[in-house]
Formats: sequence, C-alpha cells, structure tokens
Amino acid sequence: MGRYILRRFGLMLAALWVIVTATFFLMHAIPGDPFLGEKVTEAIRQNMLRKYGLDKPLWEQYVIYLGNLLRGDFGTSLKMLHRSVNDMIRDGFPVSALLGLEALAYAVTLGLLLGTVAGFRHNTWLDYLAMFVALIGISVPGFIMGGLMQYVIGLKLRWLPIARWEGFRYTIMPAAALGLGTLAVMARMMRTSVLEVTSQDYIKTAKAKGLSQREIVFRHVLRNAILPIVTILGPLTAGIVTGSFVIELIFGIPGLGKYYVQSIFNRDYTLILGTTIFYAVLLVFLNFLVDVAYGIIDPRIRLMRSRE
Amino acid sequence: MAGERLLDVKNLEVSFYTYAGKVHAVRGVSFHVNRGETLAIVGESGCGKTVSVQSTIKLIPMPPGKIEGGTVLFDGKDLTAMSDRDLQSVRGAEIGVIFQDPMTSLNPTMTVGRQITEGLIKHQRLSAQEAKHRAIEMLSLVEIPNPKERFRQYPHQFSGGMRQRVMIAIALSCNPKLLIADEPTTGLDVTIQAQILDLMKSLQTKLDTSIILITHDLGVVSKLADRIVVMYAGKVAEAGSSEDIFYNALHPYTQALLKSVPRLHEETKRELLAIPGTPPDLFVPPKGCAFAPRCSYAMRVCLDHQPGDFAAGGSHTVACWLMDPRAAHVRERHAGRAGDAGARGGAS
Repeated sequence: MGRYILRRFGLMLAALWVIVTATFFLMHAIPGDPFLGEKVTEAIRQNMLRKYGLDKPLWEQYVIYLGNLLRGDFGTSLKMLHRSVNDMIRDGFPVSALLGLEALAYAVTLGLLLGTVAGFRHNTWLDYLAMFVALIGISVPGFIMGGLMQYVIGLKLRWLPIARWEGFRYTIMPAAALGLGTLAVMARMMRTSVLEVTSQDYIKTAKAKGLSQREIVFRHVLRNAILPIVTILGPLTAGIVTGSFVIELIFGIPGLGKYYVQSIFNRDYTLILGTTIFYAVLLVFLNFLVDVAYGIIDPRIRLMRSRE
Repeated sequence: MAGERLLDVKNLEVSFYTYAGKVHAVRGVSFHVNRGETLAIVGESGCGKTVSVQSTIKLIPMPPGKIEGGTVLFDGKDLTAMSDRDLQSVRGAEIGVIFQDPMTSLNPTMTVGRQITEGLIKHQRLSAQEAKHRAIEMLSLVEIPNPKERFRQYPHQFSGGMRQRVMIAIALSCNPKLLIADEPTTGLDVTIQAQILDLMKSLQTKLDTSIILITHDLGVVSKLADRIVVMYAGKVAEAGSSEDIFYNALHPYTQALLKSVPRLHEETKRELLAIPGTPPDLFVPPKGCAFAPRCSYAMRVCLDHQPGDFAAGGSHTVACWLMDPRAAHVRERHAGRAGDAGARGGAS
C-alpha cells in the first residue's frame, strides 16, 4: 500500500506539471493581453508589460513562473491592484468550499436516500416521485432553480434571506441550488446501482440464509451499491467546492467561482493560472482520496494494489 | 426415520406476471422428500424445476412471481401460509440452499468467514467467537485447506470449486434438515464436479440431511439420487425411484432424455440424439399434454386432454396417456421400440 501511494503521488505531480504547462502556453496563445482593453497610451502599456515581466520571451516567463510556483507563489493579479492571487484564493476558497460542502452534504444524503428508496420500491409511486425529482434536478439548471427559490422562499414566503453571506441561514438556499444537479445524478446512479445489486445472486444467497430484509439491505446491498457512487464522488466534490460562478453571482456570495470567469475575460494571466492550478490540485488530490477509499470498501482493489 | 415425509409439495402453482403477460411456470407440481434421502429433479432449462423448489421457501422474486395454489408441508408446517418473517427462521436454519454459480453467489465485499457466521449468529444465537469457531469447523468439514486463514479471506481469493465448498459450508452451517442444491455443479469443470458431488454425498451421511438436487445432468443424478422427478413444461412427467427412471422409464419424454445422453464407450459411432422441436411457450400453456407435439407416440387424446398421473408400481408414477388401460394396444405396438430405449438408457 505504501509503495502504491508513493507511485500515485509521483503520477499526481507529473499530471500537475502537464496541466501547468498546457495552461500556461494555451493562455498565452489567446489573442490580446491584460492591458489591451484599457484606455492608455502605447508607452504606458509597454511600461506595464515590462513591470509584470510580460515583455520577456515566453520560455523565460515560463521558467520564472515555475520557479515562483515551486515556492508556492501564484504571483499578483494583473487586474486587481495589489492583490496577490494567493490572497484571493485564501479569501474566496473557504467561502466556496463551505458552500460546496454544504451543497455536497445535501446532494449526497438526499440523493442516496432518494436513489435507495427508488431502487427498493421500484415501479411504485415512491420510485416515480423520486425519479421525477431527479429529472427536474438534471434538467433545470441551478441558476434557474436559485432564482425561483429566491422568489418563492425568499421573497414570497420570507422563510430564508434572499442573498448575501452572513450566517448559516444565508447558506441554505444557494447550497440547495448548487447541489441540486449533483443530487439528481446521485439519486439516479444509486437507484440503478441498488437495482443491479438486488438482482445479484449473492443477495439471493443472503435471503436463503434467512436474513431479514433489513439485514440484507444494510449488510449486503448498500455497501456494494455505493461502490460506483464513490468513483464519481471525487470529481464531483472538486467541481462543487470550488464554487459556481453563477450561483455565487445571483446570491451575492464572495467566493472563488467568480474569479474563474472574470480572469479569462480579463486575460489576467496570473489569476487564470492560479485558479486553474488550484482546481487541478484539488481534483487530482480528491481522485487520489477516492482511490484510497475505494480500496477500503472493495477488497478486490486492495489486492490488486498489493500485487503491484 | 426413513420413509417419513420431510417435505411434501402438493399441486403447486406458480406464475410470473411480466409486461408481456402471465407465464404459468409451474402448473400443479407435486413431489415429496423423505427424511435422509436425495431427491433429484431433472428437466431441461425453463421446465420449472428451480422455480418449483425455490417457491417452497419463497426465494423467487415476488413480484413478478406469485404462488397461486398448492400446499408445501415441511416438517409438519405449511410454508405457503407462513409470513416472510416466519419463513426467515426456516431459511438457512432448517433448509439450506446452494446455488448454481459459485462465482456470483458470494458477496464480494464481505469476508468468507463473516458470510458463514452471519447465519449462525442469527439462527443459533451464537456469540461472535463461538460462531467463528463453528465456521472454521465447517470450512474444514467441506475440506478447505487452512480454514483459519481462509476464514479471513474474501471470495475473490477462492477458486470456483472452493467457493462452492464455501456455499455448502454456509448452507449446512446450521444443521438444516433439508439441503436444496440448485445445479450445484453446473458452473464447475468436470473433475471439480466429481469432488463436489462426493463431498455432498459424504456430508449427507455424516449430517443426516435430506437433499433436493436440481439438475439437467443425468450423470449427476445417477451418482446421488434415491428418487427422481422428471419435469417438463411446468409439470411432473414422471417420478419414481432411481431404478424406475433409469431402467424402466415409461414416459416418452424420459426415454428421449435418456437416449440423448452422450456416451463415450459406444461400439458404433452414431449421431448425438436430440429431441426434435422445442418446449411449449408457457405464456399460452398447451391444452393437452405439453410434450405431445414432440412425442413420437402422441395420440389424438394427448393433444386435447392433459394426462393424469398413472401409477406404475411402487412410487413410480407416469403422466402419460399411454399408461391408460384403454391405450394398452398402442403400448404393445410400441413395446419393442420403447423397451429397447429403456434398456439402453439404463446402460449408462
């Protein structure tokens, strides 16, 4: 297991290097530069480019950037004066992560619950109801649901605050809107998975042993049914905790999500790289965690690793 | 004890309600198992043998399956009248089951040991430690080497034959009165098949269990069975002792079945015999005898009326119109051919 983890770690670093390099050069391949849109004279523009080292040959910029990166320095934003990218991530990420984790908590608990119920009571009204909810979750985008919730729950019923980020009550609606799609995916996958597992031979074996329905469900079905869900949990988590531009925008949440989109429009090179690398690290690391978790749940995978 | 009926199934009717319509899978099946004996239920795929037996302890999926009639008396209790909760104390405790495919019959995410102790803890109220002790005992009883180590392993670390041994250990762990073996050797290669059959035979004498053996393999049957029930299209075609069926088969279907067994030591090379035609579609069960369209002795009555069970001496019964006293002259006309077939079948 130790050697396996070490090898996976090495692969993780290699993957990250590829991502950094590809992003760096692709970004510079986009026409324009950070200061093109500003109404300044050509001389000032050249001065600014020099200040940020953007006048140097591309490969030199790349080497300098890599050097800074190794020291954990993402550089300063080219657009927001005196703000370092590290600061922006440090400020924005906890908010996005909190929102995301809350959304994930809703999505996982409710999604698995809905999916499990639908699977065990399939082709009954409970199943149809759960799958109807899932269908809505998949087909209605989060920002429409967010807007609707703001109108109905916030404005008409006045149960929850409409926007801003000032306490737990403020997080419920955006988290629900953000998690809805994931919830739907979870519910549908879990339903399929439960249906598949319940038709397996070993479930019949468990029944033939004289176990009660409850014992069969908790000991034999759920553990096997949850395996495929764990696989997608890593990428889903990374996606959801790094924030959603639209949800953060309509609920007025000071998260990380908005920086992604803004940085691209602004050609804010350091911010683009910083947010992308940050997202990549998170994604790769969570995938790694999922792999480890998978090994704990499924003994077959554990064995394959110990053979490596 | 021998001779006393342990399981007595009468007029069992089972249907499956599917989108395409109702499938009448088991159409009035009766059979019984005496204490300590092995009953084999033989028939081709889809003839209802598995459904008949699994219905007795309600192991078939319900819905779509539904038991629509008949009684199942087990050790004096009517199982059809019992609730699922009450049946839980019969399943695994008094009736153990081994399934066809050992590769998929064990839970891949649970240790083999735990899969054995589960039933013990539930039915015999053993502590975890006692159950572990007993499970290791069972593993060595089914001749698995290193039982202590094997106890902690997962199913994927076992070969097919070893997994089937584990299944037998699970099924027998609570000392059941009846063991249902549903095609226990179909998924295994031939040498392993023989080992598993020998193991079942020796365990049966050791533990004094009755066995219902479901199979389509007549070779397996000849090794283990005391009595045989031959099923066709959801009905019992012929039932009797092993000798009755192998040496004095009276139903044309049984005769054809025996004739279609391939033989290694045959003087003249001949083509492998197959029964022409296919079994009837049980969406629309036939009005008369289900085998009539494929039967070379079929009479007019066979197509329109279902034959009853005719006694043929001892426990031997045959569901065929040829056995009717009024068909004696037809029987005589075929006697040469049929007798020949019976004798050749018996030579296997």
